Amino acid sequence: MTETVVFAVCAVGAVASGVMVFVVDSMARATFALLASFVLTGVAILLLGLSYLGVLIILMMVMEMMVMAVFMIMYMMNPAGLMPMTMVHNKVGSLAVSVGVFLLLAAGIVFVPWPERTGGPPADPTLALGEAIMGEHMLVMMLVGLVLFATMVSATVLTTHRGRYDRYGDDLRRGRPDDPIGGGLDR
Amino acid sequence: MSGAAPLWTALLVPVLLLAFGYGAAAGTAALRARAAGTAPGAGLTAPAREAARLLVQRRRTIPGADTLLWRLGGALVPAAAVLAALVVPLGPASVGDLSVGVVWFNAMEVVVWAALWMLGWGADSAWGLVGGYRFLVQGLSYELPHMFALTTAALGAGSLRVSDIVAAQEQVWFAVLMPAAFAVYLVSALAMAFWGPFGTPVGRDLAGGAAAELSGVDLLVLRAGRYMFLAVVAAMAVPLFLGGGAGPLLPGWAWTLAKTAGVVALLVWLGHRLPAVRMDRFTEVGWVVLVPVTLLQALVVAVFVLTR
Amino acid sequence: MILEAYLLLAAALFAVGLFGALSQQSVVMVMMGLELMVNAVIVAAAAFWLYTSPERPDGQVLVLVAVTAMAVEMAMGFAVTTAIFRARDVDMVDMAADLADHSGSGDHGHHGGHGDHKHHGDGGDR
Repeated sequence: MTETVVFAVCAVGAVASGVMVFVVDSMARATFALLASFVLTGVAILLLGLSYLGVLIILMMVMEMMVMAVFMIMYMMNPAGLMPMTMVHNKVGSLAVSVGVFLLLAAGIVFVPWPERTGGPPADPTLALGEAIMGEHMLVMMLVGLVLFATMVSATVLTTHRGRYDRYGDDLRRGRPDDPIGGGLDR
Repeated sequence: MSGAAPLWTALLVPVLLLAFGYGAAAGTAALRARAAGTAPGAGLTAPAREAARLLVQRRRTIPGADTLLWRLGGALVPAAAVLAALVVPLGPASVGDLSVGVVWFNAMEVVVWAALWMLGWGADSAWGLVGGYRFLVQGLSYELPHMFALTTAALGAGSLRVSDIVAAQEQVWFAVLMPAAFAVYLVSALAMAFWGPFGTPVGRDLAGGAAAELSGVDLLVLRAGRYMFLAVVAAMAVPLFLGGGAGPLLPGWAWTLAKTAGVVALLVWLGHRLPAVRMDRFTEVGWVVLVPVTLLQALVVAVFVLTR
Repeated sequence: MILEAYLLLAAALFAVGLFGALSQQSVVMVMMGLELMVNAVIVAAAAFWLYTSPERPDGQVLVLVAVTAMAVEMAMGFAVTTAIFRARDVDMVDMAADLADHSGSGDHGHHGGHGDHKHHGDGGDR
């Protein structure tokens, strides 16, 4: 009973704050509305017994949204929403498409006969997950690691506008790199 | 050995945190008084007098402030400290001995990122915003080594449950087994409580930084929350690295409190002695030195666990 | 019955995210919509895990992959935004339609993208 109430509150809250993301004028508030949506879905996932994944989602989303806030403020013309403006295209069409998709999905959810549960959850789902990704699903973990590494490298390459010739001079002979901000290691 | 304490103990958590936080504040005031050449004894009542002054001070309202985010940011700091403390065991039992206690602690501690940024942003002040951004840079610098330090402790015990980590230290404390992880944890403890050398997000060079526009009860909440945070990161060091409530003669809860008081005193003294750290410098130290150090530490511990 | 509740939550989150991804002009807001959609996948995968086959870890692994996809999406999205902003002072999807098929026969990319491009090129500079 308590679980149902908590789930209902979290589900309604998650969807409502998801809507708020595209309603509020202030970009800071939009970011934190999205964060609220993620945290509430994290709680809903905790209700499923997935304690590790639920807490992980909350942890990761707080950090991710704080990074997102930086970019929101950086790239939006009106970050504080003090001069309300709409930056949308084809709002009616988007609304129609998304409502249609929701109705379609909802119809499928209600009318499809979902399979019965085949077994019970393990005593410790975190342990089961760990054994899976280090055992039979190791390929997934290896690919995830590779993809994350490739992302780090390519994101850095895309965003850095200074190459080694800027840092070490045209003939790469400079002993110390010429960086706008020196690091702490005195390189 | 382990277990969840009865629910009423949840009420004890903020009381204990406030008590340790008061101790930290009084210790800081005493150290400052001694450095200034006045009697350090007056420092013991300084936090109470300061709190009374802030309670009667008028709250500041600012036109153009994002009041919702501003007030929420201030309230989140003590709230996150209390939530993080729920998994810290006092002696044998904690309020909630979650199976993923270490991850929970980490998640609650990251909430301070959001809180300080909201504080800085909401006040509609350039000083505040610079302070909020400073804390984000600080967070990105300390968080990776901090996570690896936590992971190393969990690795040594083979469990994310805090009581299991305590139980794994019956033979040898993790502070001895993994000194690098412990040192990194202490550094990141200072950083995440934006305390001492890592206090620049609310530093004097920014006229108070993220706290620049706060006054009255709002400032009191932030300051109390920060000291509570210092207390909770110190308290978490005890089960993670200092053997929890293990010790001769005294019962477990007394040892936990004594060790926590010791770590708080160490952090307060470090905060008083060390100069401020600039984040444009510390970021490189954190990523180029501390991350490899903690990774090597984790490797050493993993090999030790395998061969034990 | 509860599985349907979770799936409805996922469908609602997906629809909200889809609306944002389709309607917003700012790249950052589009990414917020995409994040909501991936979040819906996470909810659905976790619910399917518990209510259909909890004895197998596949559902949990799928959640982990979705979380990773979210991180990768955000990192690459902001990297591309930064690169294109640096090169052309552009932060709106309509103005970054280099890969759109402008000669093609009236798909919506042509219809929406090109028309708004002109409008914002005139008035939306900073």
